[in-house]
Order: sequence, then C-alpha cells, then structure tokens
Amino acid sequence: MKRIAKLLAGAAALAAVALAGSAFAASHGKTKIGFIYVGPIGDHGWSYQHNQGRLALEEAFGDKIETNYVENVSEGPDAERTIERLAREGYDMIFTTSFGFMNPTLKVAKKFPDIKFEHATGYKRADNVSTYSSRFYEGRYIIGQIAAKVSETGTAGYIASFPIPEVVRGINAFMLGAQSVNPDFKLKVVWVNTWFDPGKEADAAKALIDQGVDIITQHTDSPAPLQVAAERGIKGFGQASDMIRFAPEAQLTSIVDVWDAYYISRVQAVMDGTWESTDTWGGLDAKMVEMAPYTNLPENVAAEAAVTQESIRSGEFHPFTGPIYKQDGTLLVAEGDIVDDGTLLGMNFYVKGVDGELPN
Amino acid sequence: MEIYEAIILTIITAATPLLLAACGELVAERAGILNLGVEGMMIMGAVGAFAVAFSTGSPYLGIAAGIGAGALASLPFAFLTISMVTNQVATGLALTILGLGLSGMIGDAYIGQPGVKLQPINIQGLSDLPYVGRILFSQDVIVYASIVLLVLVWIFLFKTRAGLSLRAVGDSHSSAHALGVSVRKVRYMAVIFGGACAGLAGAYLSLVYTPQWTEGMTAGRGWIAVVLVVFATWMPGRLLAGAYLFGAVLILQLHAQAAGVNIPSQFLSSLPYLATIIVLVLISRNRTLVKKNSPACLGKPFVPDV
Repeated sequence: MKRIAKLLAGAAALAAVALAGSAFAASHGKTKIGFIYVGPIGDHGWSYQHNQGRLALEEAFGDKIETNYVENVSEGPDAERTIERLAREGYDMIFTTSFGFMNPTLKVAKKFPDIKFEHATGYKRADNVSTYSSRFYEGRYIIGQIAAKVSETGTAGYIASFPIPEVVRGINAFMLGAQSVNPDFKLKVVWVNTWFDPGKEADAAKALIDQGVDIITQHTDSPAPLQVAAERGIKGFGQASDMIRFAPEAQLTSIVDVWDAYYISRVQAVMDGTWESTDTWGGLDAKMVEMAPYTNLPENVAAEAAVTQESIRSGEFHPFTGPIYKQDGTLLVAEGDIVDDGTLLGMNFYVKGVDGELPN
Repeated sequence: MEIYEAIILTIITAATPLLLAACGELVAERAGILNLGVEGMMIMGAVGAFAVAFSTGSPYLGIAAGIGAGALASLPFAFLTISMVTNQVATGLALTILGLGLSGMIGDAYIGQPGVKLQPINIQGLSDLPYVGRILFSQDVIVYASIVLLVLVWIFLFKTRAGLSLRAVGDSHSSAHALGVSVRKVRYMAVIFGGACAGLAGAYLSLVYTPQWTEGMTAGRGWIAVVLVVFATWMPGRLLAGAYLFGAVLILQLHAQAAGVNIPSQFLSSLPYLATIIVLVLISRNRTLVKKNSPACLGKPFVPDV
C-alpha cells in the first residue's frame, strides 16, 4: 500500500491523497493524521526526518492511529489544495512541514475549525493551528567551536540555501561558536539558492575547498557537500540526519532533527482531547535537536564539545550570550545579556566577523 | 593544483551531464520528436546506475545499467508517440513525472547508502604533464565519451547517408516516407538513442558528480538540456559551447561568492541561465540559418497513408 501510494505521489500528488483517502474511508474510531512534505522523503535530510517522526508515531500508537503523507508538495497554490483535500478526507490532525506552507495552512484551518493543524517553522498561529520548530542554532554553535579547534587554515566554508532568518541565525551561531575559540576565525559563505540540488551543493563545496577552506558545513539538504569533503581529505558536518555513512572519515558530527517526541506528545494530546494551540521551539533540552556521535576528532575536542552540548542542554549557557556585535560594529547585546527569541526569529543581519554582505 | 585547474575540472563535471542529455535530445528532435521526458529518463538512468553499481561494486556495470535504464524508460514514450500518435508534449511530461516517481520507488532501498565512485583514468606520463595534464588526460571515461559522442553525432548527422535520412524524417516526414525511408523506425531509434544518452547523463550524476542516491537528484538538469538544444539551434557544436558556458558561469559564480565578491547571490544564481541564453541567441541570430536548422516536423504526428 505504502509503495503504491508513494509511486502515485510522484505521478500525481492529488491522486495519492484520493487513493489514501478511499483506502482509509472504511476505518472508524482511529485518529487520522496527515503529513505534507515539501521534498521527497528520500532526500535523506529535512523531509526524511519528518517522515521518521511519522514512522515513530505508527510505532508508538499502532492500531489507534492511521497516518499518511503527501511528498513533493510545492509551496504555493498546490499546498493549499493538498491541505484542503486532506482536511476533506476527514483527517483529525495535519502536519505541514515547511515554512512556505504557513499561509495555506492558516487559510484551510479557518474553514475546518475542528481539525488540528501543526505548522513547522512558521510564526502565525490560530485557535486550531500550532507552530513548532527546533533550535538548530544550538547545534551550530557546537560545530562552530569544533571547526575552530580542528581547522588549520582558520577558515571554514558554509553552504547556505536562502537568506531567511533560520539560515542567517545558523551562520551567526556557527561564527559565535568559532570565535569563542579563535577570535580571528574566517567564514566564507556561498548561497546556492536551493534547499536540495546535490550537484550544485557539491560544486559549492568544491569551490570553497579550492579557495582554501578546510572545514565544510552546510544548510542544504543533501549529503553531497560532505562527500566532497571526504574526497578532498578535509572535515565536515552532516545536516538534518546522521550522514556518517557518506563520509566515515570526514564527518565530525551532525545536527540531527528529531521530531519523534514532539509528534508523539501532540498526537497524544489530540487523543486525550487536551490539544491546545501552542508555539513550541525546542532544542537540545527537548530532544528536538540531537548531535550525532563526535567522530574523527582528538579526544579532548570531542570531550569539550560534549561539555558545551551539556551546558546548552541544561540551560546554563545560551549560544547568543553577549557581548555580541553586529557585522557593522554596533552592539547587539551587552556582556552577560542574551538575545531574545523575537530577535533570533527575525534575524536578518550577520554578526561581526562574517565576511561578505547578506543578500536580501 | 593551481586554482584555474581546479575551476576547469569542476566546470567539466558540471557540463558533462548537460552535454550528454542534450546530445541525445538533439538527435531525437532532429528526427522530429520533441521528448520532454529527458528529466525522467535521466533520473531513471541515475537510479539504475546506482543500484547496479551498489550491488555489484562495479561502476562500469553501473554505467551500462544507466544507459539501459534510460533507453528502457524511453520505450513507452516511443511507442505512445510514434505508434499510437499521442501528443508528444503531454506524453513527454508524463514520462518525466513517471520517471521521478518510479525512480523514487526503486531507489527506496538505497537512500542513505554511500555509492561507488567511478575513478578517473590515469594515463602514465600524460596525466602528470604541467598545466594540461590533469585537465585533458585525467578524466573519467564518461567525460571522454561525452565529447566523442558529440563528434560522432555531428559526423553521423551531417556526413553520412543515414544521418541525412534522419534529418529528412525530421524536416518532412511525408517526403521521407515517399522516398522509402521508414519514418517510424528512424524515430524509434532516435528516441531510444536519446533515452540512452539521458540515462548515461544520469549515471554520471549518481556515479561521478555525487556518488549517492537521493530522490529528485537530477534537480532540473533534464530541463536545462532540453532548453540547450533549442537555443543551440539543433547544432552539435553550439550545444558543446552552450553546455560548457552554462557549467562555467555556474562554477564561476560560486567561486565569486567564496572569494567574497559583493553581488547579490540571487542574481549570481540566475546568471548561468541568463548568460547561456543571451550568448546562444546572439550566435544564432541569423534567422534564415535558424529556419534552415530547425526540424520542420518537430512535434508533428506522423500517420503514413496506407
């Protein structure tokens, strides 16, 4: 059944929904949960991890729930149609897992007040729309520290997707981590203007390495940059999932998105009738962000990374603790102060030390 | 390694899959068949090549599988458009959608598996030559094949009788038919050749460019190939120029960013498309020549009078 649905999802996303709907129409009393993915579940990155969360739901609740998904839904009118179709099929709860699904989700949610919606990485909520995201920047601070400790050239390359706050925040967190070790650390950022294009991501990695960086990190979805790092004999970090198998000798660690616990708690809330519209932004403490094992590192560096990780997890330390200066030299927060969540969520500037201009 | 060597090596990698896929599409279009399924055939080639190379450990068997998968994927298209005379545009789009979906299903088992990389050939002595050694004499077999293939296609189309027949089929299928040329047979061969080339391009992606399988990894390269053929006005030489120009601008804009050149990245990202289209339009601005080169029966259905 899954395989057929998957094939059709490729052939025609809407047909897949119709098929799934008819297949499940006979069921009663089960909580029906739908997922909308922006990419293919086979990207081994963002959508893959959300699908792992869906599978964890099936594992946890077994017969009490039914789940289904539609993959490769583009952000735009298609998204609204697909979400509405799921709503009409009688789903009790719908997860929309990309920033660009924000407005379509709210529009559909207005028409179906009884259905619970969960939108990932957005900031608009309603009585039946919750938002959730992860504090990936916590992981980026840790890998920034590691990068500065193992880099010989003192320069890292960063493959970035789109200049949205989420990505900019990651770059800044990485840089703050690196500067905590080496104040003169340099970062070269290349924007590829795509979330997923293995070839282009690899090309960007090669260009960065050819220009002298000896650490590669990325905010795009495929394992290609890490593979290039391995091939060129330098180190790098995985993204979204543990990519160690692509680079057994090059991956230092990976920031892993884990949605399992959140999804299980939210579905449980729907089943108990206690679901409320909330805004969740969890990090290491909520187990929404996890670090893949620290590998290919000197023992002391791995141990220090684990210490940083623990101090962030326990809340003892916040990666955006002052003094922090913006790129233009103005003070963002004074010594000891912490950048508030609102500023983090709307971050549209580089911190001091990042080279180049932030595209708008 | 000097920086220019590194840049040229990367440009070759970026241009090769485009050149291969476009080369096949050029032959199909010269025979009068517009196949918009290049993206679908390419990704079938990518998954086929990955699956076989992964299972057998041999990238060369993988290449063969990629070619086979691409050719196989073109068969239903050939049957529908040539024998059943369906609309070529719609059928081609269907082939792309089918290829993307089917490859995802076949590739399900290979997600997260590291691939087998096709290694470059090292020619004793030549590969170590200064300046040009690494660029000219240390490529993998598919890169050499792409250039040889293009030259062979040019010779075939313009220097052989069979090539003349193929062009006749594309220019005026009724006249070719009246002269005793089997229009359908020629078109079948051309479409299958196009599929095989797209499959080889896909194999290059999953064995050399990025040795891995991820769904949708062609990321629109099939469409760029289709566009290159049109803007190269169905001329192999211009196709070569177009593919390498596209690759060059793509790589150079990444280097410009890495070097800290302050140009908006959105503009830089669109630059390969803009530059290639502008240059190819400029070199093809002679309208009579364009008219002479465009296959007059491109996309038109052929039903022989019985």
